[in-house]
Amino acid sequence: MSLMSVENVSFAYGAGRPVLEDITFDVPRGSNVGLVGESGSGKSTLLRLLLGLDTPRGGRILFDGQPLDARSGRYMRSYRRRVQAVFQDPYSSLNPAHRILRIVTEPLRSLKVPGDHRAMAEEAMAAVGLPVDSLGRFPEQFSGGQRQRIAIARAIVARPELVLADEAVSALDLSTRVRVVDLFRDISERMTMVFVSHDMGVVAALCDRIVVLDRGRIVEAGDTARILADPQHAYTRSLLSSIPRMPESA
Amino acid sequence: MSDLLTVDGLTLATSNTRLVEDLSFSIAPGERFGLIGESGSGKSLTALAVTGLLPPAIRPSGSIRLGGTQVVGAPERALVRLRGDAVATVFQEPLTALDPLMPLGAQIAGPVRRRLKRSGDDASRGAVRREVMALLEQVRLPEPERLVGAYPHEVSGGQRQRVAIAMALACRPRLLIADEPTTALDVTTQAEIVQLINALVKELGLGLLFISHDLPVVGQVAERVMVMRQGRAVERGSTARVLTEPEDAYTHDLVDAARRFDSALEGRP
Repeated sequence: MSLMSVENVSFAYGAGRPVLEDITFDVPRGSNVGLVGESGSGKSTLLRLLLGLDTPRGGRILFDGQPLDARSGRYMRSYRRRVQAVFQDPYSSLNPAHRILRIVTEPLRSLKVPGDHRAMAEEAMAAVGLPVDSLGRFPEQFSGGQRQRIAIARAIVARPELVLADEAVSALDLSTRVRVVDLFRDISERMTMVFVSHDMGVVAALCDRIVVLDRGRIVEAGDTARILADPQHAYTRSLLSSIPRMPESA
Repeated sequence: MSDLLTVDGLTLATSNTRLVEDLSFSIAPGERFGLIGESGSGKSLTALAVTGLLPPAIRPSGSIRLGGTQVVGAPERALVRLRGDAVATVFQEPLTALDPLMPLGAQIAGPVRRRLKRSGDDASRGAVRREVMALLEQVRLPEPERLVGAYPHEVSGGQRQRVAIAMALACRPRLLIADEPTTALDVTTQAEIVQLINALVKELGLGLLFISHDLPVVGQVAERVMVMRQGRAVERGSTARVLTEPEDAYTHDLVDAARRFDSALEGRP
C-alpha cells in the first residue's frame, strides 16, 4: 500500500484561479518521489498541502490509508511525528540564537518523544556526517552545506516515515550540492521521501519516480528512467532539452 | 594592445580581509570570456570593480584598463562616462534592476536619451521612441507596442530580463557584463536568454564578461574561462579544455559535480 496517496486534489487561494487541478499520484512506501516544476507550476502549494499547512479544496490526501486531517490538532501532532520537512534556505531555517543540540532535538520536545534526546541527536548527527561536538555550537559557525546537514538531522531525529524536502539543495553551491544529494540518497534508503525541485538534474540523481507539474496540473508521471529516456509530454521534452549540458570530452 | 578590458594584478580588500587577490585577465573586442566561481569566490566583486561600483569599504589596487581608461582610482565623473560608453551590466535579478513604478518603455528611454544628447544627436521624443522600439525588437520581445506601457510586474521573468538587456544595450557599450543573468530564471527561459545573449554579442561585436556558477551554461557562452576560488584564479584556458580536462583539483571537483547531474539526466544516476 502507498504511504501517501494524493487523489484528485485541487486548490485555490481565496477566490483566485485554481493553483492545482485534479492532482493524483502515489508515494509508495520506501520510494523517493520527485515533484518537478518551474515557477507557477503549483509545486510549492502542493507541498503545503502535503505538510498539512493548507487543506485541499477538492479531493483528498491519504497518509497510511487515513485522510490527512489538517484541522485536527491531535491528528497533526501524530502526523508531524511521522512526517518531517527540510526547506530550501539553510540560513533562515535554523534559529541563530540556539545551539545545534537544541535545534536538532526540537522535534523531540515538541512531539513529546520519550527517551534520551541527546543520544538521539548524536545518532542523527552521525547519520548526516557531522561530528558530535557540533551539537554544542551555533548555526553561524557552519557553512551552508553543513547547515543543510543540520536541518536534515533535525528532520530525521524523530525517525519519521516520510521526509518532505522543498528545493533542499537549490541554494547550495555545486560542489556542496553533490554531497548533500548523496546524503539524501543515503537517508532515502531508510525512509520514504518526496523531493520538490525545479532542478531536473538533481531529481534525476535522487528520485526513482518523477511527477512533472505544469501550471497546476500533472503533465506526466512515472519511473525516472522511463521519463528521462522516453518523455511522453511536450512540456517534459522541452524541460529536458532546455537543460544545458557539459561539453563532451574531446 | 587593443584589448577592451585588461585587468592586471587586481586586489580587492577591506581594512582587514583580502577578498580578491592578484587577479589578471583581458577581454578582446568581440570575445566572450567566462568567470566561473561559487559563492565567496569574488567573481561578482570583480565585475563591480570593473565598472567602478565597489562599495566604499572595499579598496581596489592594481590596474583595470577599460577601453583605454584606468578605472582604479578614477574620479566618479570619468566612471559615469565609462559606464555609458564602454561597459553595461545585466544582473541576476531583473526585478531589482528595474524600477517597479515606471513603465518599461520609459526605463529604456532614459539611457537612450542620455546617449543621444551626449553624442549631439536628435533626442526628441520621436527619436527616443524609435530607438526604444528598435531595442525591444533587438531583444526579440513580442508586441513591443504593448510592452512599452507595461510595468515590470506585468511581464514574465524572462521578458523582464530581456528588458534589462535592452537597457544595457541602450548605451551602446562595447563590453557587456552579464552577472548570473540566467540564475533566477526557469530552465526553459534560461535557454532562451543564453541564446539571445550569444546572438546579440555576435551581431553587435560586443566583448562579453559572463559570470556564473553554472558550468554548462558558461560552456554554452564563453570561448575562454577563468575559474575563481576564494578570491584567486585557480585555472584558466579555453572553455572546451577546462570543462573536459581540468588541471586544478578544485576545477576538477566542479566539473565532476556538474557531470554527475548530466549523467543522471542520461539515466545513469
